[in-house]
This record gives sequence, structure tokens and C-alpha cells, in this order.
Amino acid sequence: MADSIERRKFLRIASMSMGIGTLYKVAPLLGAGREAHELGVSLKESNGESIAPFTFVQLSDAHVGFSGPPDPLGTKAFEQAVAMVNALPQRPDLVLFTGDLTHDSEVKDEHAKRMRQFQQIAAQLKVPKLVCVPGEHDAGLDGGQLFRESFGPTNYSFDYRGVHFVALDNVSRAKPELGAEQLAWFKKDLARFPKTAPIVVFTHRPLFDLKPEWEWFTSDGDEAMNVLAPYKNVTVLYGHIHRDDEHVIANTHHYAARSLIFAFPDPEKVADKKPIPFDKEHPFKNLGIRVVNHNVKKPPQASSFSIEDVELSLREYSGINGIQQILKPVSL
Amino acid sequence: MKDRNRLVFALVLACAVMLSAPFSTQAQGTPRIIEITAKRFEFTPNVITLKRGEPVILRVKSTDVTHGFFSKQLKIDEVIEPGKTLDVKITPQTAGSFTLICDHFCGSGHGNMKMSIVVE
Repeated sequence: MADSIERRKFLRIASMSMGIGTLYKVAPLLGAGREAHELGVSLKESNGESIAPFTFVQLSDAHVGFSGPPDPLGTKAFEQAVAMVNALPQRPDLVLFTGDLTHDSEVKDEHAKRMRQFQQIAAQLKVPKLVCVPGEHDAGLDGGQLFRESFGPTNYSFDYRGVHFVALDNVSRAKPELGAEQLAWFKKDLARFPKTAPIVVFTHRPLFDLKPEWEWFTSDGDEAMNVLAPYKNVTVLYGHIHRDDEHVIANTHHYAARSLIFAFPDPEKVADKKPIPFDKEHPFKNLGIRVVNHNVKKPPQASSFSIEDVELSLREYSGINGIQQILKPVSL
Repeated sequence: MKDRNRLVFALVLACAVMLSAPFSTQAQGTPRIIEITAKRFEFTPNVITLKRGEPVILRVKSTDVTHGFFSKQLKIDEVIEPGKTLDVKITPQTAGSFTLICDHFCGSGHGNMKMSIVVE
């Protein structure tokens, strides 16, 4: 019951806040007992990455090149996100960008120009590592060619300080799907890990049926979920829906990041998929940031993330002096 | 003999009427055909009305690029290639209004390319 109350509180706070993405703090498995120690040894043997605490930020859906309505601010929220990340007291080790870096253009040169603009803004991030997956606006028209030229493969994996990260591409086939080849790779990629390994999957569209009528789904996402099912410590981060959302499905926790361009409403409350109108008094309303802490006291079998909200406001647009960060710890 | 001629004439007339109808009404047991055109970023018509239990063929074509033709609720998941005609046979069993979307990314207005299928 306490959890559900806290969850409502989190959602209420999130709906009021504005900002830029999600900050994750990870201290994988430290102090989690003998099983964690054994897992740590196993992970180090398998990937050479020692377990150590770290933080990372999730940003999503900047749509560089999009011009209003509903958002006449262009890249301002993205630029503000970069500035805010750089100003964090604890510099994140890693930034994940979960798709729709750019807004599509049928003119190839124009789309390439937008991708370069994204890269120029992202290059200002003072973080050691930036990784991206494409959204359909990046890769839906050209099968991911421009994305690959700019960033490399659209799906891949890597290990970072004891956490296994997997980038899944559910946009480049134009339809919301992963495809048999990628699913086979995904299964093979995870096979070398023990079932208690901490795994973070990041992708663009939700892997489950959040709202198929709004194309908020991945048609073969259930097959990816089947691959993940044996693993006990899985977090899936995604974008696409331009609003915060969290779902727990079996052992897997799914979190959506807000957008850096405009927000969509709650699909349970409105019939049509239309962006929330721009509010010039509160231009970043419904854009948000969340801090996720790895709970070092829980064993890896249980959910080991907790979330804090960060509420931001900007003087230029909201009349509040400077950037305010209000951290509200929440237990999910 | 005259009766037979009248019967043949009536049948020919009935066929002509059926072929000229906007939604051709076939003989009992043969699905009704409804033509749908897809182009960025709309379906035409964008609302069709069906009867529960009535088999129909949705005859779909694209006049520009590749589109998707998807409704989770109606178990439709197709791709419409330009220059080709796609027949989608359905027999809706549940009354209601169902949304069908293009789920093959087709450009910046793709996210709102949809139509309604009303089942009475």
C-alpha cells in the first residue's frame, strides 16, 4: 500500500514538473551479500567490467529540426538539458539518448543537417560517453542509413561497471518491430550472463502494448520480453510517447522519458493523439527529469531502482529566477 | 418462355445495379468489397461502417509510398505497397469503433494517419 501511495505521489509530482530527461544513479549490487559478490565475480569474468557505482542520464525525443506548433522553442529544451546535465553536482558517466534525435525530412541533405545539429548540441555534454538509439523520425524513411553513418550500428550492447546495456532498434524497419534477426542476436547477447545480472535495455518505442492505436507498441516486443523473462534485474528505458510512464511486467521495469520538444497527453483521458498545447508561461511544462537510484540494500532478485523527481523552471520562460532543482525522493 | 426472359432480364438488371453501387453488394455469402485509398497522411474514406458478423473485403491501395494497415483490435497487420492492391478479409464479431493506423513510417504526419472502422 505504501508503495502505491508513493507511486501516485510520484506521478502527481511528475505531471507538475518540467525539465529534460532522466538521471539514473547506479550502484550495482554493492553490499548485496554473498550472491551479489558471486555475481560480481561472474560478471568480471564475462565482461572485464568491475562493479562500481555510477550515474547516467536518459534524454529522449529532441526532434531537432521540428518547428512549431505546438512547440515554437525548437532546440531550447535540448540545449537546456545539456546545460543542466553539465551543471549536475555529480557529473554523469554516461548519457543514453532513446531516439528521435532529429525530426525527419524527405530531403536527405536537410535531414543530415539536422543530425549534425543534434551532434553539435550533444557534443557540449561534458560526459565521457554518449550512446544513442534511433527513433522512427531518425531512421524510418531511410532504414537507419543516416543514423549508422552518424553513430554506427542501430542495435548493440556494452558493459559498464557491472551493468549490461543493450540498445534495441524497433524503428529502422519502418514498422514498430525488432525483427527475427535482431531478436536472435538479442537472445545470444544475453545468454552469457547469469540470470541475476543487472541489465538495462534502451530502445525507442515501448516493448509492450501501451497504446497500439497511437502506435505506442512494438509488434514483436513480446518476443523480446520472453528473452528477458529469465533475468531478474531488468530495466527497460524508452522514449517515443513524450510523457513519463512506468510499468512493471514480471521482473522487468519499464520507464518512459519525457520529450525535449513537446508532450503528449494521457491516452486514457483523451481520444485523439494531439500534443499538449504550448503554454508560453510554462514552456517546459510536462517535460521532465527523474533521478533513479540503484538501491544497494536490496538483493538483485528484487527491483533495485528508486526514483526521484527533479523539478526545473527557467527564468526566461517562467519568471522564476534561474534554474531550480527540487529533489523529491520516491520509493517505487 | 416470356417468364424465363423476364427472369433473365431481372437478373441482369440486378447485377448491373450491384456493380454500379459504391460498395458493391454481392450475392449472399460473398463478401462486400470496400475500397480504401492510402496516401500521406490519410485514409479515404476515413470512417467505414460494417455490420457485426458480416464478411467484408477491404480493398486497399496506396497512391504514393508504402503504408501500414494495422489494427490490433481487429487483428489486421498489413503493408500497402504503392502500385499494388491489397485485399484484407475481415468478419468483425464485436460491435464498437476501432482505430486503424498506418504503422509503416511514412513521414512527419505519420503519427496521425488513421481511420475508424465502426461495427454495428
